[in-house]
Amino acid sequence: MSSSGVSLNKKDYKSDQDVRWCPGCGDYGILNSVQAAFADMGKDPAKTLIISGIGCSSRFPYYMNTYGFHTIHGRAPALATGAKLANPDLDVWVVTGDGDGLSIGGNHLIHALRRNVGVKVLLFNNRIYGLTKGQYSPTSEQGKMTKSTPLGSVDFPFKPIALALGARASFVARSIDIMGKHLEEMLKRADEHEGTAFIEIYQNCNIFNDGAYASFTEKAVRPNRILEVEHGKPLIFGAERNQALRFTENLEPQIVKVGEGGVDAGDLLPWDVHNPNSALAMALANLDEAQFPVPIGVLRSISRQAYETGVTSQIAIAQERKTETLDELLTGGETWEVK
Amino acid sequence: MTESETEPQAKSTNREELEQVVIRFAGDSGDGMQLTGGEFTRTSAVMGNDLATFPDFPAEIRAPAGTLPGVSAFQLRFSNFDIHTPGDHPDVLVAMNPAALKVHLRELKKDGILLLNTAKFRPADLKKAKYEQNPLEDGSLEGWRVIKVDLEKLTHEALAESPLDKRSKDRCKNMYALGILYWLFSRDMEPSLRYIETKFGKKLPEVAAANKRVLQSGFNYADISGIFQTAYKVAPATFMKPGRYRNIMGSQAMCLGLVAASKQSGLPIMLGSYPITPASEVLHQLSSYKHHGVVTFQAEDEIAAVCAAIGASYVGKIGITSTSGPGLALKAEAIGLAVMTELPLVVINVQRAGPSTGLPTKTEQADLLQAMFGRNGECPVVVLSATMPSDAFDISFEAVRIALKHMTPVILLSDGYIANGAEPWLIPNAADLPEINVEFATAPPEGEEFQPYARDPETLARPWALPGTPGLMHRIGGLEKQDGTGNISYDPDNHEHMVKTRAEKVARVANDIPPATTIGPESGDVLVLGWGSTRGAITGAVTRLQKAGHKVSGCSIQYLNPLPPNLESLMRSFDKVILPEMNMGQLSLLLRARFLIDIESFCKVQGQPFSSDEIEERVLASLAEVK
Ligand code: SF4
Repeated sequence: MSSSGVSLNKKDYKSDQDVRWCPGCGDYGILNSVQAAFADMGKDPAKTLIISGIGCSSRFPYYMNTYGFHTIHGRAPALATGAKLANPDLDVWVVTGDGDGLSIGGNHLIHALRRNVGVKVLLFNNRIYGLTKGQYSPTSEQGKMTKSTPLGSVDFPFKPIALALGARASFVARSIDIMGKHLEEMLKRADEHEGTAFIEIYQNCNIFNDGAYASFTEKAVRPNRILEVEHGKPLIFGAERNQALRFTENLEPQIVKVGEGGVDAGDLLPWDVHNPNSALAMALANLDEAQFPVPIGVLRSISRQAYETGVTSQIAIAQERKTETLDELLTGGETWEVK
Repeated sequence: MTESETEPQAKSTNREELEQVVIRFAGDSGDGMQLTGGEFTRTSAVMGNDLATFPDFPAEIRAPAGTLPGVSAFQLRFSNFDIHTPGDHPDVLVAMNPAALKVHLRELKKDGILLLNTAKFRPADLKKAKYEQNPLEDGSLEGWRVIKVDLEKLTHEALAESPLDKRSKDRCKNMYALGILYWLFSRDMEPSLRYIETKFGKKLPEVAAANKRVLQSGFNYADISGIFQTAYKVAPATFMKPGRYRNIMGSQAMCLGLVAASKQSGLPIMLGSYPITPASEVLHQLSSYKHHGVVTFQAEDEIAAVCAAIGASYVGKIGITSTSGPGLALKAEAIGLAVMTELPLVVINVQRAGPSTGLPTKTEQADLLQAMFGRNGECPVVVLSATMPSDAFDISFEAVRIALKHMTPVILLSDGYIANGAEPWLIPNAADLPEINVEFATAPPEGEEFQPYARDPETLARPWALPGTPGLMHRIGGLEKQDGTGNISYDPDNHEHMVKTRAEKVARVANDIPPATTIGPESGDVLVLGWGSTRGAITGAVTRLQKAGHKVSGCSIQYLNPLPPNLESLMRSFDKVILPEMNMGQLSLLLRARFLIDIESFCKVQGQPFSSDEIEERVLASLAEVK
C-alpha cells in the first residue's frame, strides 16, 4: 500500500522509457529488485526522488516512474544533499557506480556518509568503466588488463564498504545483483534507516568484465563462498552450515569448523550491527575474497541523527527565538534620518 | 568609567569647515586598522555625512609584524556632498609603524597630515621596514604636516589604573589614534562608546572600560596638547534623498537583497557555499539569518556547493551558491547542468585578482568572460553585476527575480572593492518592494501527459514541477532534451532547436530589464561606459568633466547578459566610447564584437580600483585628440 492508500505493484514504478542497458547486464536485476521492493514498501512515486551521476548505472532514474535527476559525473550525493535539506519529506535515493561514486565523486560520497544525510546510496560495483567502454576502475583488482592498462593495472583497489566504514557511515550493507530476494531485503533495511544508508551491490558487466564475481556467485559454489551476515547470529556459512568465520584478538580472520571436532556454535560471537565500534565490521569488509567467504548483508547499522534533522531543528529554534520583520532586518543596527 | 566622562565636542580651538576629508589608517595586520577605520565610518554615517570606504588588507592573516607585506590599511572619505569613491589621495595618513609609512606615504597629499606612532620607530622596526635611515630624522618627511605621538606610552599612561596586562593594554592604542582623529574632525564619540560597550561590555568589562578610556584620552590629548593648530568640521550631507539611512557593506547589502527576495517570493533560500576570500562574508551573513528560514550548507568543495544549490532549486527552494573566481571555474560543469535542466540558480562571484590563486584580497573584474562563456557547449546564462555597495541590494533581489521568473541560472558579479566597501544606504520599505510571483506546475488534465519542457510563450521558461506533486513525475538531466516532453533526444534538428531556444530564453530577459541610464546628456563627445565597481570612479570623473564644460557623459551598467536594449543606440550617440575596466578589456571585447563599435578600452590590472583622476586624465587626453 502506498501512503496514499492505493495498492501498487512493480509495474507502477516502471517509466515509459525503453531500458537501454546491454542485454544480460546485471543492472536489469537490480532495477527489478528495486521496483519489487518499492512496491512492497508502498512507496509513493510522487514523493520519491532518484538522483544519479554518470555511467551505466546512472541511467537508472530514467527507468523509474518517480521523480528523477540524472546529474553530472560524481555529483549525485551533493545534489541529493541539497534536495534533502531543502525538502526533508522527500524520499531520496542515489544511484551511482564504482567510477562515479568512488573516483570522480569520491569526495562527495564520503562527506555525505559522515554527515549522515537521509539519502539511500546504491553503489553498483562492476569493477570496470562500462559506459566509456572498458577502462579499469578504482575497484578493479590489481593487474587488471583493460584498454587503458594493457600491461595490467598498477593501482591498488578500494573496498567500497570499507571506505564507507572509514567515512563513519551509520549504515553499511552489501548485496549482489543476482540475489534478488536478498537485495530487496537490504533495500528495505536501508529504507528504515535514519541517515545515509550505503549499499554496495556487486553487479556483473557482461560486456567488459563478465564473470567478475563468478568465483563466489555461481550456484554450485555460492553456499561455501558467500557469508550471509545477519544481526544476532554467528558468522556461519557453508552448504552444511558447519563452517564459521571468527576473529582472533588481533582481528585476524579464521575459518573454523562448527560442531563435531570443531567449536560449538554457542561459543561463536553473534554479529552485532549496532556495535558502536566499527573495527570488526572493518575487518569483515577487508576480507581477502580469494581466501575467505565474501560477506553480504548489513554489516553496520547504528543510530545517529540525520543531517537534515539537525539543520531543520536549528532553523526551527532560531525562528522560535527571534522574530524579525523584513523592515526590522533591513533597518539593522544604527540608522539616521535625512529630512 | 561613567557616562559623564564622555565629551562629544571639544571646547577650544577654531573649527574650520571642510567639504570632504580622506583619511587612511595604516598599520600592522594586528593593529586593528580595519576596526578603527570601520568605527570612524560608522560614526560619520551616524553624523549624516556621505561616505565611501576602501579596506585594503594583506592576503596573510598575520604576516610577520612590522614588515611591508603585513601592512593593512583602511581608507575612508566623508563629505557634505555626494561622493562616489573613497578618494584618490588621502588628506590624513595614520601610520602605526615604519612599514605602514613606507607603503602609503607616496599617496598622501602634499601638506597632508601625517600622524606617526613614534613608539614603533626603533632601529629594529626600521630594519623590518627596510629603512636605511630613520625617516623621522632624515628630513624625508618635509612637505607634510608631521604629528609625532608615542601612542604606546600615552596608552599605557591612560591605563595606569587598569588591571589589564601589558599586551592587552598595547592593543588599545588604535583607540588612542581614533580619539585624536575624533577631536581633529569634531566627531561625536557616543556611537563608538556605545559600540565598545555592546562588543565587550558583557563578557570583558575591563577591556570595554580600557578601550573607552583610551578613546577618551586620545580625544583629550588632541584637545589640550596643542599638537594641531586647527581642527575641522564636515557638515552633514544635504543632497541626500530624505529617508532613513544606514551604513552598509556590499556583501551585507547583497545578502539582505537575497533575504528580501525570499520574503517577496515566499520561497526559502538554500545557500551552498565553500569558504573562499573575498566571498566568505556572504556565507557568514546568510548563516546568521536562520530565523528567516535561510538554510546554509558549507559543502566539502565548490562543486558540491553549487550542486546542493541545484538540488534545492529542483525541489522548489531558491538555490544560491557564492564564491570567487577560482570557485566559479570549479562550478562551471554544474552551472551547465542547471542551464540544461533549466532550473533557477543564483551564482554569486565576488571577483578577486587572478589568474589561479592570484591576489586573493585584491579587487579585479577579470571574470566577466568566464561568467559569460566559461562552460562547455553553448551555455548561456544571465549575468548581472553590482556597481556599488548600496546597489548590491537591488541587484541581488533582481538576480533572484530573474532566475525564478525565467527559469535560468543567473551569475551575479561583485568584487572585493564592492563587497568590503561601505557607504550610506537609503533603507527601502518592505512594503515598496515588488512581489515575486512564482507558480509551480500542477497536474495536467486527465488523459494529458505532463510536459516538463513545455514553454511559457512570452519568456520561454519551462514549468517548475516539484517532486512531491502527484501526477508530475518526470526525469531531467544533463543529456539533451526533446523540447516539450523532456525525454532524451539525439535528434540533430532538435539539438539545434534546443541550443537556439536556450539562447533565446536568456536573450528575452532583455524585455524584462530597465534601460541603461546616463550621468549627463544622452549624446555628446565622449561616453565613459563601465560596469561593476568602476561606477564610483566614472561618476566622479564625469561630474568634474561636465563642470569644466566638457560634453562627457557616463554610464554604468548592471545588466551584462543580456545587455540593456538601448545600449547600442546610446553608444552610437557619442563620438567616442571609453571603457575603463579592471581587466584586459573584457567588456570592450564583447561590445566590439557584438556592435562593431570602435570602443576605446582603458585597462588597469593592479588589484587596485581606478581613481577618478585616472579616468578624468584619460578622457581629457582623448578629447584633446578629437580637437
Ligand atoms: S557496459 Fe556493462 S554495465 Fe554497462 S550496460 Fe553494458 S553490461 Fe551493463
